[in-house]
Amino acid sequence: MSWIAALILFPALASVLLFVIRKDRLRNAVCWGSSLITAALSVWVTYRYFGMGVSFSFPGEGAIDSFMMAVEVLAAAYIIFVGIKNKKYLICLFAAIQTPLMLWFELTRAHESGAAAGIVFDKLSAIMVLVIGVIGSLICIYAVGYMRGYHIHHEDYKERKAFFFSILFVFLSAMFGLVLSNKLTWLHFCWELTTLCSFFLIGYTQTPQAKNNAFRALAINLGGGLAFAAGIVFLGLRFNISALSEFIAMKPETVVLVPVILLCIAALTKSAQLPFSSWLLGAMVAPTPTSALLHSSTMVKAGVYLVIRLTPLLGSSAAGKTVTLIGGITFLATSLLAISQSDAKKILAYSTIANLGLIVTCASVGTQEALWAAILLLIFHAISKSLLFLAVGSIEHQIGSRNVEDMDILMRVSRKLSIYMLIGIAGMFLAPFGMLISKWAAMKAFIDSDNILIIIMLVYGSSATLFYWTKWMGKLISNANRKAEGHHTFHITEEVPIFVQAALTVAACFCFPVVSRYAIMPYLSGLFGGSAAMPIGTNDVNIMLIMLSMLLLLPLGFFSIYKNDHRRIVPVYMGGENAGDNKAFNGALGKTRKLELRNWYMEKYFGSAKLTYWSDTLCAAILCVSVIMLVLGVMGL
Amino acid sequence: MIALEILAIIILTPLVGGLLTGADRVISARMQGRKGPPVLQPFYDVFKLFQKESIEVNTMHRFYVYISIIFVIFTVIIVLLGGDVLLAVFALTLGSIFFVLGGYASNSPYSLIGSERELLQMMSYEPMLLLASLGLYYVNNSFYIKDIISGDTPAILFLPGIFAGFVFILTFKLRKSPVDLSMSHHGHQEIVKGITTEYSGKDLAIIEITHWYETVLVLAFVYIFFAVKDPVSHVWAVLACVVVYFLEILVDNGSARVKWQLALKSSWIVTGIVGAVNLVVISLFR
Repeated sequence: MSWIAALILFPALASVLLFVIRKDRLRNAVCWGSSLITAALSVWVTYRYFGMGVSFSFPGEGAIDSFMMAVEVLAAAYIIFVGIKNKKYLICLFAAIQTPLMLWFELTRAHESGAAAGIVFDKLSAIMVLVIGVIGSLICIYAVGYMRGYHIHHEDYKERKAFFFSILFVFLSAMFGLVLSNKLTWLHFCWELTTLCSFFLIGYTQTPQAKNNAFRALAINLGGGLAFAAGIVFLGLRFNISALSEFIAMKPETVVLVPVILLCIAALTKSAQLPFSSWLLGAMVAPTPTSALLHSSTMVKAGVYLVIRLTPLLGSSAAGKTVTLIGGITFLATSLLAISQSDAKKILAYSTIANLGLIVTCASVGTQEALWAAILLLIFHAISKSLLFLAVGSIEHQIGSRNVEDMDILMRVSRKLSIYMLIGIAGMFLAPFGMLISKWAAMKAFIDSDNILIIIMLVYGSSATLFYWTKWMGKLISNANRKAEGHHTFHITEEVPIFVQAALTVAACFCFPVVSRYAIMPYLSGLFGGSAAMPIGTNDVNIMLIMLSMLLLLPLGFFSIYKNDHRRIVPVYMGGENAGDNKAFNGALGKTRKLELRNWYMEKYFGSAKLTYWSDTLCAAILCVSVIMLVLGVMGL
Repeated sequence: MIALEILAIIILTPLVGGLLTGADRVISARMQGRKGPPVLQPFYDVFKLFQKESIEVNTMHRFYVYISIIFVIFTVIIVLLGGDVLLAVFALTLGSIFFVLGGYASNSPYSLIGSERELLQMMSYEPMLLLASLGLYYVNNSFYIKDIISGDTPAILFLPGIFAGFVFILTFKLRKSPVDLSMSHHGHQEIVKGITTEYSGKDLAIIEITHWYETVLVLAFVYIFFAVKDPVSHVWAVLACVVVYFLEILVDNGSARVKWQLALKSSWIVTGIVGAVNLVVISLFR
């Protein structure tokens, strides 16, 4: 119990410390230390409570409630203040409704109901704690090295590193609280705290664009938070329920679906599903550690975590069908959209939204296999995506651009970074790596549950995924033969986290049967009853592992062949008009032109303007229709 | 025993594939009013290529060709030993991706065009390939080919739409006109030599052998749709493979290459219509 409290409170303590320390060196050291301790704590807590799980209530919950209410009031006051100052009245409205509503509810009703434990640590929480603790801490370590370079490259931004680091740790603390809380009011408090943190992090540079995007993120997530609050109040007033575990144990009747859909709307906003995805795309103006944190282990994962928790209530209910459909459309639309992008961070953002869509779809289908896939997707995605973001951040510092087209020189600038990048990309879509394993299970789960429409979206989306990742890989390897030039080195605090995550990406593929057996399976059999079986047979897993080993070993085997087979090197074919080297050719009018090779983007087919509009509209319409149907259904009772 | 089987598959598959290619060339020649080469001509070609000097534009690009053939062989082994059909599709995709990366690694303009087109072709046929595997699972409740071909009713009876769609995208996989965008054996409609522009000698021979393996592989997929427990059905399955292969040759000789836009659109639309409708209809009867 005290360890769990320590896990939640330690990052908060670290954030205060980081905020007050004004010396760069000392702060960096503290940041290193706190990250390591946070990671160690999360591993220790998992180890300690993993076997049986634990659920308990803190003594003096009243005091905790009061503290949270005080923070909520302060936060609301702050939000309304900046909202009015920047003429963003929507967020003022959201805050002005939400906070008094929650205050009224907590003061009058909340303490009356429920003997349920405030904190629950089960197998799912364990997975989340590890993801947040390990990946999140690695990102914080990376931030130390990255921010040093960031302010050298961007001298025009005001340096607010102390603030930045302290918010990173508040974020971790809030996420720990979020995945461990069983009391809905606490969950909501942590939920809103992550919203506020993401607002600060996105707006870090204080440029007009950053501010604007930060406000957009705040508005969308506050809207989701409002739906969350409404759901909690509804549950409390109507059913006298104040704990997540009690809520999940209910039967999905029509009236119960009201809070379900409200919470799902909150989850959809947080996990950036269409039509709420624009905030996550805007979030890439922030320094890279922010994007990495938002996209991989925190923030968006809070949304899918909630959907995964709500799975028993979704399934074949109307709310479940709605969420499944929205997730499916999101996956398909954003996978197609990513084809037309050349900005690396934007591709990553679309891919995040797509994969979250897939997780949401899997979780809301409600079968055991689908949930297995959802949880595994969550783990693999967190690792690979954070690796990719961190690598792209460093690449941007090395080559001064994050355009994929400029990455053909990366092999010459930093071979290591290219290889990390390739591992990350392979982890996102290639057999036998993690995401593909989970996607495979997802396909099986969808067809087993007769979700033909989702299957169709999935196969198209997967093909698009293959296209945009492969062309990126192609750019990365296109200059592999040239000797490395220049002596770019990147800071050790950048390299260590990237290396660890690359290693984790590969290791996770070897270890997933273990994770499945000891964490996911027990969780699933607890939830669905009976014994769970892994959707992918042992035979197939073995073949996958053979493939993985082949991929790792084959390059080594080629060294010996290369040694004994030296060949004549000739210039590339340019219709006989080569101008000496492979970089130029004799163009028209005897002019020597530089050879430029570009990837395909097919703007006309996959351009973002039209596709975004239509998919947003479609998802919004589906959401509206299902809300209206639900309201009619409830009124009819 | 299993080692012997694998060895037999590795050795015999390219022989069959080569013979099929040879037959293809003879039939194509007859369709065009020529006599055509001997059936064994593909083997002569490959032997000749092995004796040629292999030149290259850099030291890296051949690497991908070898990795590619290894994974294609791996796929063939999975399929012919009756393994998981979806896993086979994934392994095949991996092999194809390495082939595409080889084009990128050449860093040459014509190879790159070939690579982009090959990637586009993959994007075009991948949905149908996945749907076909999922459809086979849907009607047989098993992804294992050995289970599928020992059922009572052939899959084709449940999956006529998916089979039609599969035959449609087979044209991509067999590199036949009108959708042989990335590399073609018709010199008159090729941009230099597409994705293989910078390969020569041994590497080109390996690419040719990879194609033989792939030919057998896709015909094995056709086979799966027809074969069941009843031994007679296997005769029908072989016949179906022959008919489908002949059809592909006919289409190959009867059409000119289309633009990539049409290739992508047509295959996605065909997949969307026949694949989806077929699956929906089955789901209604379950």
